[in-house]
Amino acid sequence: MPFTSAVITFPGSNCDRDMAVAVEEVCGGTVHRVWHGDASLPEGLDFIAVPGGFSYGDYLRSGAMAARSPIMQAVVEAAGRGVPVLGVCNGFQILTEAGLLPGALMRNAGIRFVCREVPLKVENSQSLFTQRYFKDQVITIPVAHHDGNYFADAETLDRLEGEGRVAFRYAEPVNGSQRDIAGVLNEAGNVLGMMPHPERMIEAAQGGSDGRKLFEGVLAGLNVSA
Amino acid sequence: MSQITAEIVAAHGLSEEEYARVLGALGREPNLVELGIFSVMWSEHCSYKSSRIHLKKLPTTAPWVICGPGENAGVIDIGDGQAAIFKMESHNHPSYIEPYQGAATGVGGILRDVFTMGARPVANMNALRFGRPDHPKMKHLVQGVVAGIGGYGNCVGVPTVGGETNFHKAYDGNILVNAMTVGVADTDKIFYSAATGLGNPIVYVGSKTGRDGIHGATMASADFDEKSEEKRPTVQVGDPFTEKLLIEACLELMATDAIVAIQDMGAAGLTSSSVEMASKGGAGIRLNMNMVPCREEGMTPYEMMLSESQERMLMVLKPGKEPMAEAIFRKWELDFAVIGEVTDTGHMVLEWNGEVVCDIPLDPLADDAPLYDRPHVPTPKPAPLGALPESADIGADLVKLIGSPDLANRRWIFEQYDSQVGADTLQKSGGDAAVVRVHGTDKALAISTDCTPRYCFADPYEGGKQAVAETFRNICAVGATPLAITNCLNFANPQRPEIMGQIVGCLEGMGDACRALDYPIVSGNVSLYNESKATGGGSAILPTPAIGGVGLMLDHEKMATIAYKAEGETVWLLGPQGTHLGQSLYLREVLGREEGEAPAVDLALERRNGEQVREWIADGKVTAVHDISDGGLLVALTEMALAGKIGVTLDAPLTTAQAFGEDQSRYVVTTPAGVELEGAVKLGTTGGQAVAGVSLAVLREANEAFFRDWMEG
Repeated sequence: MPFTSAVITFPGSNCDRDMAVAVEEVCGGTVHRVWHGDASLPEGLDFIAVPGGFSYGDYLRSGAMAARSPIMQAVVEAAGRGVPVLGVCNGFQILTEAGLLPGALMRNAGIRFVCREVPLKVENSQSLFTQRYFKDQVITIPVAHHDGNYFADAETLDRLEGEGRVAFRYAEPVNGSQRDIAGVLNEAGNVLGMMPHPERMIEAAQGGSDGRKLFEGVLAGLNVSA
Repeated sequence: MSQITAEIVAAHGLSEEEYARVLGALGREPNLVELGIFSVMWSEHCSYKSSRIHLKKLPTTAPWVICGPGENAGVIDIGDGQAAIFKMESHNHPSYIEPYQGAATGVGGILRDVFTMGARPVANMNALRFGRPDHPKMKHLVQGVVAGIGGYGNCVGVPTVGGETNFHKAYDGNILVNAMTVGVADTDKIFYSAATGLGNPIVYVGSKTGRDGIHGATMASADFDEKSEEKRPTVQVGDPFTEKLLIEACLELMATDAIVAIQDMGAAGLTSSSVEMASKGGAGIRLNMNMVPCREEGMTPYEMMLSESQERMLMVLKPGKEPMAEAIFRKWELDFAVIGEVTDTGHMVLEWNGEVVCDIPLDPLADDAPLYDRPHVPTPKPAPLGALPESADIGADLVKLIGSPDLANRRWIFEQYDSQVGADTLQKSGGDAAVVRVHGTDKALAISTDCTPRYCFADPYEGGKQAVAETFRNICAVGATPLAITNCLNFANPQRPEIMGQIVGCLEGMGDACRALDYPIVSGNVSLYNESKATGGGSAILPTPAIGGVGLMLDHEKMATIAYKAEGETVWLLGPQGTHLGQSLYLREVLGREEGEAPAVDLALERRNGEQVREWIADGKVTAVHDISDGGLLVALTEMALAGKIGVTLDAPLTTAQAFGEDQSRYVVTTPAGVELEGAVKLGTTGGQAVAGVSLAVLREANEAFFRDWMEG
């Protein structure tokens, strides 16, 4: 079976094309572009990506409106069935607002928008998404966000760390995130939310290809052909 | 009948003589709506009445130019059936009054100029001038402008890839915010603004019309005074989310064959868009003002015509295409309204509640527009600088320069911009030109914005040449072929002969540079009356003809960058050794003097050295390339060292003029050891962790301290 994936587009998504290009480049197969107003996802999906941007302008809390759009019901159901779901940047915010991941993304501690390449430490190299990295490997992936300050209560943070659900940590201060958390997994390990943009680091011309291995991991974990 | 009094005329910014022209054009007294339309169409901002006769002398053609000045943006051929579409525009006065929204809507406006023509915007750039950093308002203005540019560009998802920022007391009361957008389109899908086809529907799309920004164009055409801040209600408010939807909806509709003509509603909103579309098409236009989507009740036709509400477009569709077009705009949750039709009357007729509230013949509105050959006096040449003592400590002077506001690391600024959305950004701020890959190809566009206002002030002609030449140099330095420029001509009050002299001088210099470099001007914008009495003293800005250059690289893998790549490489100078310290940053920042002549640009040498450096890059001979500009050779060597985290050892110590002279048309390049570069002078070898005896750590700290201490201290 060829790899079949979906990239969701909300009004105001702006990394949807970049995500689709990256998924197609690394995983091949068919990438469905899915509109926010659709009530259902295509059949037989191996992977769903919720991309970055400013869904609905993010004039309410970032991701809050998108989390309540029709397609997100379908994404939540698919995640429940075990379909891998990746949320990047605004996608991470949407996944927390939709209840697929714990915690919240607040305004950066420095108040300003921040766009730069940051070193990330791989905390868990056993997950579907991170299996192609080594534990404690430091990779470089760009961030570009205003609301990336990860917050959860201490109990939740302890549990995330105890269960190996912190996928990535910032290796230097970026946005004030609790315990430098840059990416978290759900309990089942099939949903990853992260603020950094792996889809922007697929080939050398972009300044590096450290993001590629994340998509390679998804592909490798699914036993499908590219 | 309305009574148009002298006060009402004056309040609309029209002179008595201009009002007499209105009476002549109409053959009767205008009503208020008509007066408002004349006032904005004949404002400096829309009519270019002071600059037009001089702009006509600029070169605008080349075999690769598809569309020069006169449309929403310039269009050049970049091969394979693709075109680059670009323009730069000012938003100076609004940004001083309300920096966040002023800058944000400046970005929004220039984006619309580009996607109106069918291009997907792929890069934003800017050219910013602020006053003294210790001016009480300046920190607030810098913070607001940078946040506004980022807030808009980041949300629409167009990367802000570069720009320039200068500080000088001449901008204390009148900052400059110039924004540039570059887009890419297919050459067979370029859209123009001429309204044609009798009876074709005129369609309004985008946001609703509100009462914001009424008379913005008139404000942009007058001096600033103590009461400028009372004009805050004339600053528009931007909504980048709506703009993003508008981009997607327009591009979706443009993929069909429904559009006859399209124009964004920028300065002077519905007035200028409808008048320009009808005038260009040689047609007439009839609008039913009751159909205009309004944000609030009770708006009058006068307000609707003069509103500068953002994120709106006007289109002429082919008949019968309305339902299909409407479905696209409804899908993107945008307003869509048929508000009129193309006529053959040659008149703009506005109806409201069944009455004709405006009936203006379009030809006189355009043909009788004021055109001034304003008196101008040439700027006297400053006295030559004369001999300077040798620097007592070149290393210490270097530290001071690299930490000065004009050379300090701009990371604080550009990290607030999403520079990578689109995943095609190959080089961003910090190098010579920004480089953005043409999506899905091996090609890339190189973009640079430049101007050295202190040169333009000392010598408008040489300064005009230099601004063009520096973009040319920066584009060559990454390995791209410079193709064309846009510009944003910022000057003070043209009714003063010495200011008009600056305008004429700069334009002559620009024109000569463009001709010598085969580098035509395809679009641009003029911003006059940039002076302020608000801050007392030094009221006129420095003449600032900001240039935005665009070049093409066929194989982006050959792109050059400024960073030293390895230790033990040979460092070369292409071009003469430095001699010229007049108007240099060294003179200003280290010796506290703003004196002397501007450096002259030898355009033949500029072209030759540009071609030489491109050839070396294409042949893979050089490993790093950097142009020499502000601060001279030693600053260029230091920037390369900081970028590469590798120092440099020079074969011989530099004199002060060799170190900091700002002679033009020069580059530093590196090669692996043993490679010979004919025509270049060997300067030294990369290696170690110091430049001119100063450690990279000290230089880096000096370079990063200014913004960090200013903004976070």
